[in-house]
Amino acid sequence: MTLLSVNDITVRYGRLTALRGASLTLNEGEILFVTGPNGAGKSTLMKAIAGVVKPVGGSIAFRGETISGRSPEDIARMGFSMVPEGREVFGSLTIEENLRLGIGMRADRDQAARDLEMVYSIFPVLLSRRHQHAGALSGGQQQMLVIGRALMAGPKLIAIDEPSLGLAPKVIDDVYQTLVKLRDTIGLTLLIVEQSATRAKLTGGRMILMRSGEVALEGDARELASSDALKQAYFGYGEHGK
Amino acid sequence: MTEILQVVFDALSLGSLYALGALGIALIFGVMRLVNFAHGDTMAFCVFAMLWPSVDAAAIVFAGNLPAWLLIPFILAVGAGLSVLSEIIVFRRFRNTNPATMMIASFALGFVIRYFLLMLYSSRPKSIDLWSNLGLPVEILGARIPLLQVITIVTAIAILIALTFFLKRTRFGLEMRAAAENFTMARMLGVRANRVIMLAFALSGMLAAAVALILVTQTGTADIQMGGNIMLIAFIATVIGGLGSLPGAVFAGFLIGAIATVMQVVLPPEARPFRDAFVYAAVIATLIWRPNGIFMPKSAKQRV
Repeated sequence: MTLLSVNDITVRYGRLTALRGASLTLNEGEILFVTGPNGAGKSTLMKAIAGVVKPVGGSIAFRGETISGRSPEDIARMGFSMVPEGREVFGSLTIEENLRLGIGMRADRDQAARDLEMVYSIFPVLLSRRHQHAGALSGGQQQMLVIGRALMAGPKLIAIDEPSLGLAPKVIDDVYQTLVKLRDTIGLTLLIVEQSATRAKLTGGRMILMRSGEVALEGDARELASSDALKQAYFGYGEHGK
Repeated sequence: MTEILQVVFDALSLGSLYALGALGIALIFGVMRLVNFAHGDTMAFCVFAMLWPSVDAAAIVFAGNLPAWLLIPFILAVGAGLSVLSEIIVFRRFRNTNPATMMIASFALGFVIRYFLLMLYSSRPKSIDLWSNLGLPVEILGARIPLLQVITIVTAIAILIALTFFLKRTRFGLEMRAAAENFTMARMLGVRANRVIMLAFALSGMLAAAVALILVTQTGTADIQMGGNIMLIAFIATVIGGLGSLPGAVFAGFLIGAIATVMQVVLPPEARPFRDAFVYAAVIATLIWRPNGIFMPKSAKQRV
């Protein structure tokens, strides 16, 4: 079943067009990687889905309802959980307060309490420092916190902008293992932005490649990640340099 | 010794007023990046809400006749109501405009409120006799301190404790703190923007009402200009404290109160009429030393 469909959206920042007619569909329980070079529009696409930037054209539907034009809080309350780029932790709040923020919209308090335990078991360092201010965490720990916080909202779909940025390889493995496990157990759908295709190749799933505000390529993550077409999209020429 | 104690109480009670005023401005600035210059006029409005509209010199007391346990909640509700209405009618339309535009809008709103009062009550200050027995002195450690000063300080401390509890221990407080730091991220976690902003306005309006009640009891007059001076100093306190920092606003409010009171005592008598020049010189010095305020909040970074 289609969970999210982005149809031909265009986003402009002033005179700069960041997305020109980008489209994608995401089925329930799927993992979709969004890759592409800097400035391809990956983050703008995430922000448009989250309702933070308003597309000037096209439409976005989530769980069968049109969400383009709705407020970020309404979209979040429908089960869309966003981890934006740049680790937006609330530095003056404690770690536990950061995590509890996501629970506000949930009715299932018991499950929320179990989710808090789950997040702490995935990232034990957060448990040991839970009463400290989030601003005191290292970059990698902040990344764990924002991913944990997104999980606390009990989402249907979680979108993560560059989850591996600033994390140690071992932690990245753990994060991906957890995400895939959540997909398998509770049917979480994943939309992951990564600049490099390496992680997509390891994890599997589907992948789209963005370039200049458009979706340039789409296909199986493992196949696409090892193809020449990908390199061509990144560098503008093929591997054999013709 | 008793003289020092008197100065301490003077400083604390004046500082209390400035701190409560500054807090009202900082709360709204925190969630909206708006410096609400209508805050002082909201104070005046709260005072006039006790009177029946008339242009006579003598005040026709209306709600002001209520017993304190009814009058205080009534005035707080007036402050909160007016402040929330300002948000719904005016500031909501300016939410994504730049801070200068919002500031001008708040000036304009302040004038609208002031001229509305002028129309109903005329510009003549009116005398009101509200709880005048609070002016009687009480003896504390040999010093004779006006009871009103003691009540002002106790009230301010009680409000600060209650507000801290609210911000630190309740769901609303958590959402407000998060929104003040990073509004967009808070919204992406389901925090409802309108609710948080309206709550900040309601709290700010109640603070304006509390200041108004203290001011009118102190001065015994209702004057449509009465909020202007305290608004200015409260604004300066929020800047010195670090715009957006609540502890900073409170600290700076008390600091300015202390500086003003101490200067009144230590300046040579012939310089005293120019006390404010010295106070503002201290303000300039502070800002040169700390351009972003004494407490620079983490949220001071530019918001997307």
